[in-house]
Amino acid sequence: MDKKMKRYPIGHVVGFLSSLLLTFVAAGIALRTSLSFHTIMLLIGGLALVQAALQLFMFMHVNEGEDRKTQVINIAYGLIVAVIIVAGSIWVMSFGHHH
Amino acid sequence: MSANVNTSLPLEYQTEQSRMNILGFWIFLGAEIVLFATLFGVYGVLYERYAGGPTHQDIIMMREVMIQTILLLTSSFTCGLAIFEMRRNNLKGLITWLIITLLLGVGFLFMEVNEFLHYIHEGATMQTSAFLSSFFVLLGTHGLHVTVGIGWAILIIIQLLQRGLTPVTARKTFIIGLYWHFLDVVWIFIFTFVYLKGMVA
Amino acid sequence: MGIKWNEILITGDPLILGSQIAILLTMIGIVGGITYLKKWKWLWTEWLTTVDHKKIGIMYIISAVLMFFRGGMDGILMRVQTSRPEMEFLNAQHYNEIFTTHGVIMILFMAMPFLIGFMNLVIPLQIGARDVAFPQLNALSFWLFFCGAMLFNLSFVVGGSPDAGWTSYFPLAGKEFSPGIGNNYYAVALQISGIGTLMTGINFIVTILKMRTKGMTLMRMPMFSWTTFITSIIIVASFPILTVALALMTFDRLYGTHFFTLSGGGLDMLWANLFWLWGHPEVYIVALPAFGIFSEVIATFSRKTLYGYKSMVFSIVGIAILSMVVWVHHFYTMGAGPGVNSIFSITTMMIAVPTGVKMFNWLFTMRKGRIKMTTAMLWALAFVPCFVIGGVTGVMLGMGAADYQYHNTLFLVAHFHYVLIPAVVFAVFAGTYYWWPKMFGHMLNEKIGKWHFWLFVIGFNMTFMPMFFLGLDGAVRRSYTYSVESGYAPLFFVSFIGSIILALGFAAFCYNIYWSVRYADRNIPSDPWDARTLEWATASPVQHYNFAKLPEVKSMDAFWYMKKNNEGLTLKKEELEEIHMPSNSGLPFIMCVVFGISGFFLVFEWHIAAAVAAVGIFAGLIIRSFDYNDGFHVHKEEIEQTESAWRNGEGEVNRYVGKR
Repeated sequence: MDKKMKRYPIGHVVGFLSSLLLTFVAAGIALRTSLSFHTIMLLIGGLALVQAALQLFMFMHVNEGEDRKTQVINIAYGLIVAVIIVAGSIWVMSFGHHH
Repeated sequence: MSANVNTSLPLEYQTEQSRMNILGFWIFLGAEIVLFATLFGVYGVLYERYAGGPTHQDIIMMREVMIQTILLLTSSFTCGLAIFEMRRNNLKGLITWLIITLLLGVGFLFMEVNEFLHYIHEGATMQTSAFLSSFFVLLGTHGLHVTVGIGWAILIIIQLLQRGLTPVTARKTFIIGLYWHFLDVVWIFIFTFVYLKGMVA
Repeated sequence: MGIKWNEILITGDPLILGSQIAILLTMIGIVGGITYLKKWKWLWTEWLTTVDHKKIGIMYIISAVLMFFRGGMDGILMRVQTSRPEMEFLNAQHYNEIFTTHGVIMILFMAMPFLIGFMNLVIPLQIGARDVAFPQLNALSFWLFFCGAMLFNLSFVVGGSPDAGWTSYFPLAGKEFSPGIGNNYYAVALQISGIGTLMTGINFIVTILKMRTKGMTLMRMPMFSWTTFITSIIIVASFPILTVALALMTFDRLYGTHFFTLSGGGLDMLWANLFWLWGHPEVYIVALPAFGIFSEVIATFSRKTLYGYKSMVFSIVGIAILSMVVWVHHFYTMGAGPGVNSIFSITTMMIAVPTGVKMFNWLFTMRKGRIKMTTAMLWALAFVPCFVIGGVTGVMLGMGAADYQYHNTLFLVAHFHYVLIPAVVFAVFAGTYYWWPKMFGHMLNEKIGKWHFWLFVIGFNMTFMPMFFLGLDGAVRRSYTYSVESGYAPLFFVSFIGSIILALGFAAFCYNIYWSVRYADRNIPSDPWDARTLEWATASPVQHYNFAKLPEVKSMDAFWYMKKNNEGLTLKKEELEEIHMPSNSGLPFIMCVVFGISGFFLVFEWHIAAAVAAVGIFAGLIIRSFDYNDGFHVHKEEIEQTESAWRNGEGEVNRYVGKR
């Protein structure tokens, strides 16, 4: 926690610039290339995850404070549940309908 | 509950109650992840059910969406700077960056409302098709969160002006910061899985 | 605004008219009684504005008992209606309303608040804390639950009850097929109480993680604390799904969207998917705390440490994940295809394993224990065989292919009553007998308790056992009558008789409460059961600050250890310190009223009025934001007085268990 006297928020600037970069790269891949749908979704989905992690660690400092372990486990569990809900719903609700 | 103050920690972590509030808010964000995941799941199930109505390509205005994205990303950055200034015990810097954050948030909201009005004008309403129902409710929920965030942050700014930086106001500021960044995280996924995916499909 | 005044009061049904009059008279009686006894101020300062977790717990439990009565009445009416073929006691519409409200009330307004009541009452004491992490939020949670429960019950006399089943499947629950406002009640009332439950979950996670007393490591926590912790995690992981599902239902019904409609590309089964994504974890939300209660009761009355503590912990942690991945077994017959149904059959089989582990742990805890047959213990004993029947039939239903035979028959109804009644209802009864002295400083009568137990258990088995066979014979659930030729009549009649015995059991419970409040011995020790956990290390009823000095924990079964080693049982004057406690607040109660008014308007689709009332919600949040009240300090003199009052009885009086 001694870093608090730092004068210039270098971490934030790096985080910001990389999030802009990731956004533009994702937009470029989606709008300007002619890759297959699945490739594009894989790439931009991955980039979104990277950017979310960037926000969580560089801006929200999820791994900071005396409860860092709990906070990280909590977010990880939230993500697992999120994947179950999204992928599960789509899988269950599409099976036998349009595949 | 105890008023024990540990001054070796950053201001917002100094009391036990503050640490509990911050942890509690993280857990609330876990619930928010689930909430938005459910909306994304619903959108994922319904997103091709146009019912003869407009499709993504018919309505999405990509240029405006890019500007909204940049506004929100920048506001997340300035919000981070506000917390950075708070850690340096610089109240004026903190409030300045918070206000800039809010202005960017208001700009985002203004553009989103315009975007919605444009869609409605084109005949693409919540009642048109399952796709548009899920589209509007997912985006609307995010927009509602941004609106609440703006109102909430104004309350915090007033309290900062009234009371200055104390362990309590610092904790409150830190928590609204977490909330604001989280809304940006949600937007990243909306941008990717609603707008970009819609333009590709 | 299109207010349809003529739709507000239900008229023309003698049963409902009777209830309306009864409700009116009761209200007048309550208001008159409080005014006559000049208790308004007491009610406001001691209860309505309280942030004390013990009082909030008691309010949850009282509400739950009332809701148990209401839900039970619905159940009895159903049994009466089906007691004979072609019975004309209730018509089909009325029957639909009754089974809908029975389900909703029993799960959401009886089982959950009863268990959350015990969580509130016991958890801070068990982990050696003075309150929960967010006391005022806790009060708000209670009042939001209460608001939702009242709003939902109001539907019976004002506007009409929901009638699409507690699952409220679309398209039936949509505007097209249920044009009345009944189902709006469902969407709005559940939404309000659901928000309260979510906040309870967050509150207890933080309380258990951050407020354990010195030495109370996670692996030394009593099992009820563990199950509460995992339950809270499941609440946080699943209630937002219900929030979204209900919001989408509201949008479909009120604003013409197409999430679950048949037209406009909507997908009706998406509702079932979302409902059970929440609904299955919900089963574990009510089952786990119940398992925790049995663990405490069995360990105490077997006078042994819980067998296989670690395996118990791992099995409930496993359930936290597994409970999220079994939801499709509620709608195999949607026909999602063999891939989906097979996967969910397998996950369903898997979740039976941790539950089985727990069964054996309880049995091995009792093995070679010196078992005391108290009423609380009897409930735990009866739970084991009854719940096994429910569990095993659950595994039968869990097989996707076989489920096509059982689906929507009374076999299913019998199954889930055999799961929920032994697990939840037996548990809350066990908990009531066990913790009653902690709440009120006197015991419930053991003799009446045994009447309660035997009537209830026999009545329960008689009511629901026939349904297994009726279901296998093809009797469908939610059908208001059947023909003579079906041959169902004898078993239905047995079930009817059973339900009467069941009701007598509940009446014995109510009488027990009445008798004990009036006549029970007040001269009892703080630890009447010779128990093992920290809630018994302080006075009964518990003083408002819980512990004068926070206990230090050196082993599992902390209080047992303290008693065996004679450590930390006494209190020296020098050890006293001022105690910081949170102040009362009227805001949660006011929020309940505002939410209620806003919700009521929304039910009736008076959007402008609802929006105006909702401004009050935001006003409440703003007031809360500017509230810097930091609580107050309890002075040493007060603590000294309070402590000497209950610690005086050296050697303690009338120990109820262990001596006799």
